[in-house]
Amino acid sequence: MSSDRDYQVIGSRPIRHDGVDKVTGRAQYGADIQFADLLYGKILRSPLAHARVRSIDCSRALKIPGVMAVVTSEDFPDPIDKVSDLEGTTGTLSNVLARGKVLYTGHALAAVAATSVQVAEEALNAIDVDYEPLTPVLDVQEAMQDEAVLLHEELYTDVVGGEKSDRPSNIAKHLQFEMGDVEKGFAEADVIVEQEFTTATVHQGYIEPHNATAFWNADGQLTVWTSTQGAFEVRQQLSDMLHLPVSSIKVVPMEIGGGFGGKISVYLQPVAAVLSRKTGKPVKLVMTRQEVFEATGPTPASYIRVKMGARQDGTIAAATAWMAYEAGAFPGSPIAPGCMCVFAPYVIENGLIDGFDVVVNKPKTNAYRAPGATNAAFASETVVDEICQQLEMDPLEFREKNAAHEGERRIDGPVWPRIGCMETVQSARKHSHYQAPLEGPNRGRGVATGFWFNAGLQSSVHASVNTDGTVNLVEGSTDIGGTRASIAMQMAEVLGISAEEVHPSVVDTDSVGYTAVTGGSRTTFATGHAAFEAATDIKQQMMARAALIWEVESDQILFDKGVFSVTDESDRSFTFQELAGQLDETGGSVIGRASVNPPGVGGAFCTNIVDVEVDIETGKVEILRFTALQDAGKAIHPAYVEGQMQGGSVQGIGWALNEEYYYDEKGRMLNSSLLDYRLPTSLDLPMIDTEIIEVPNPGHPFGVRGVGEVPIVPPPAAIANAIFQATGIRMKTLPMNPARMLESILDASQ
Amino acid sequence: MSITRASRKLHVVTQLNGQETEFLCAPHESLLEVLRDELHLTGTKEGCNNGNCGACSVILNGRLVNACLVMAAEVEGAEITTIEGLAPTDPGTLSIDRLHPLQQKFLEHAALQCGVCTPGFLVASKALLDRNPNPTEQEVRLWLAGNLCRCTGYDKIVRAILDTVKTGHQH
Repeated sequence: MSSDRDYQVIGSRPIRHDGVDKVTGRAQYGADIQFADLLYGKILRSPLAHARVRSIDCSRALKIPGVMAVVTSEDFPDPIDKVSDLEGTTGTLSNVLARGKVLYTGHALAAVAATSVQVAEEALNAIDVDYEPLTPVLDVQEAMQDEAVLLHEELYTDVVGGEKSDRPSNIAKHLQFEMGDVEKGFAEADVIVEQEFTTATVHQGYIEPHNATAFWNADGQLTVWTSTQGAFEVRQQLSDMLHLPVSSIKVVPMEIGGGFGGKISVYLQPVAAVLSRKTGKPVKLVMTRQEVFEATGPTPASYIRVKMGARQDGTIAAATAWMAYEAGAFPGSPIAPGCMCVFAPYVIENGLIDGFDVVVNKPKTNAYRAPGATNAAFASETVVDEICQQLEMDPLEFREKNAAHEGERRIDGPVWPRIGCMETVQSARKHSHYQAPLEGPNRGRGVATGFWFNAGLQSSVHASVNTDGTVNLVEGSTDIGGTRASIAMQMAEVLGISAEEVHPSVVDTDSVGYTAVTGGSRTTFATGHAAFEAATDIKQQMMARAALIWEVESDQILFDKGVFSVTDESDRSFTFQELAGQLDETGGSVIGRASVNPPGVGGAFCTNIVDVEVDIETGKVEILRFTALQDAGKAIHPAYVEGQMQGGSVQGIGWALNEEYYYDEKGRMLNSSLLDYRLPTSLDLPMIDTEIIEVPNPGHPFGVRGVGEVPIVPPPAAIANAIFQATGIRMKTLPMNPARMLESILDASQ
Repeated sequence: MSITRASRKLHVVTQLNGQETEFLCAPHESLLEVLRDELHLTGTKEGCNNGNCGACSVILNGRLVNACLVMAAEVEGAEITTIEGLAPTDPGTLSIDRLHPLQQKFLEHAALQCGVCTPGFLVASKALLDRNPNPTEQEVRLWLAGNLCRCTGYDKIVRAILDTVKTGHQH
């Protein structure tokens, strides 16, 4: 660890404040909410992947006793900007309840509110839909062809240069980033490798399905209780879709059972809202696991071509990437972050990146932990590995030679601030895992490095000092992974009190200032920054009180490690607790506040070392040993940083070895259950070793860099590189499941 | 829908977390639905409703089961332990030390992130230690293969359980 500050709280591992509730089953998640007069909602979903909807007849359903309302897209106001906003509100609204066309199997069309779930399900069977089936488009390269069937007649490509294409297309966007001269660069290269890769659709796999309960009161106030990564984001989306002012909407974030990016967009909340408006009662909707797979926001399948040239001395001469991402039914795949991250760990003078956002008849994709970066890294880190193979150079030595560092420019434009890419690679080289011999047949070791830029965005907090010296901290960041603790710890550090003496609450959108989503690896960074500022505000107010009590000037007050004292020779002092006890008589409560949008975001790098053994008779790949080395800037609560590294690594392992959406030729997902979409189990894995590296981020008072996302970026590539060492086979398709592995093994042996 | 003789609810009496408990249930209802919706014990979670994630793990007559696969009517006369019954109930002891050692170790090891799978894991771990008080890491991993966690990668969960074993999990 490179930090030299002597912290009292930061870097320790207190028990999280919401821990007891979560281990006793008391914590209230969205589906746990119950009201006396609750109605239950269910959604009718398209059995076809692509069809025009000629009519929806709800009359039979409405006659069923216990059915209180049925809604369709007619119950929403028309979007303000229908055409050019397909990537925004219009797309989301049409995704929530289909307008005119259904664009994937599972696309919602109508919803029922009834007195029980069973009655609601029965009512779905009584809704008559007249479909005109259309040919589904199910593959990204097919969708890009000139003669492809179109999903949206009015979608034109945003081409490079800011214009639109002259004919409609399934290609929503073509991005391009260029630096230097790739032709000249490749001419200088001694080794050139070009390969193409495909990756399958995968899902975030959170264990808690989506849920929403809404009550549209007679006074026009709408309250929504939901498990979400961002209560304010839900409020805004509801406002946009329902044409309601945000002041009429209160979103209460319940505890959330995992999100990973997939619980930012609304799905059920607007439906619950309009059902409540029609019935005058609270309405609750909870998705089934099948609905979660078929009708939420998985991450894109992709087709990627990467070409890289290197000189004999191991320096990269040029690199290009051609990347096409499936956006699903509406535009908005994470192709831009994919382009940003694909070559990020390297200094490359000559680069060209082309990225395409392509619609297909599959669920609208959404953010999944470092969205777009894992697909890209699978391709680029495999090509790097092949280059190293041909140069006979150690892959970590290659990375060190070319490591991105401060002052260099990335192909997509920004100049790097202080980053820790080099440090993760150097630590990997020295790590005992990399030094340990690996013996035995069909075993191999692979490495890969990944990057994620992390987000800043707005956060607000306020905090009141209690007369017993504890502090009530009010914040708006839903706590998915222990951030109540990491945010409270930052406040505690400033005030010189213990983490337990700060009582954090996550509150609704009426009760705290605007706070952006818990996502983008921003929460400990940005909401923590707000807590730091609010604590500083409290500290200054308390110093003024001490000055009042001691009848000195404010600038004579010192504050260190929770003790207030005076610069004069007297030994007068107060602990934070003692001074807090005197607040009532000296002017009243002290309340600190802050609203931040911190510009100094620090990006994060993660390097993996993985040992595998391939069973050449079954194709099964076993992970023998896995190490993740990641630059966290400053680990506020190391156990939760380790947790992010381990969780992201295991999602990456699942993505690499087993997870995929398996579609039939009609565009129906055949494995929409947790039996057949197989997440890694405890039996599939060893311990996940972690090393936290700290290259402090100059943009945060404690040096914090976001940690949540980058761990998922390198694992598929690292595993593929290990498989190559074990078998001599380069896998270019994800997932590398036993069937594909075995096929490749058999092909190679011929 | 009028209540006919055929659709009348069934009356069930069971031993739930050490207390005699009765409830009414429709014939088609699962134990998971009854625990959550009738008895308001929402600690047991629904992740998939078809026996594949373990979030609804409960102990039924000493056996670890998924409550989504048990019909509520089946538990007449049975003994059930849910997450709510894990901590020792010693009437009169109002100490903060009333977590089960597994719950305490999960907290110390940060073996939960979002926490939604945690009740299932705790119940499953108790069922393991009830049957095998000294499991190896591999035995722990095998036993827990029916409980899915997407947040932690299982590392800290396994460590918490092994630590519970090491430091003695009997009360």
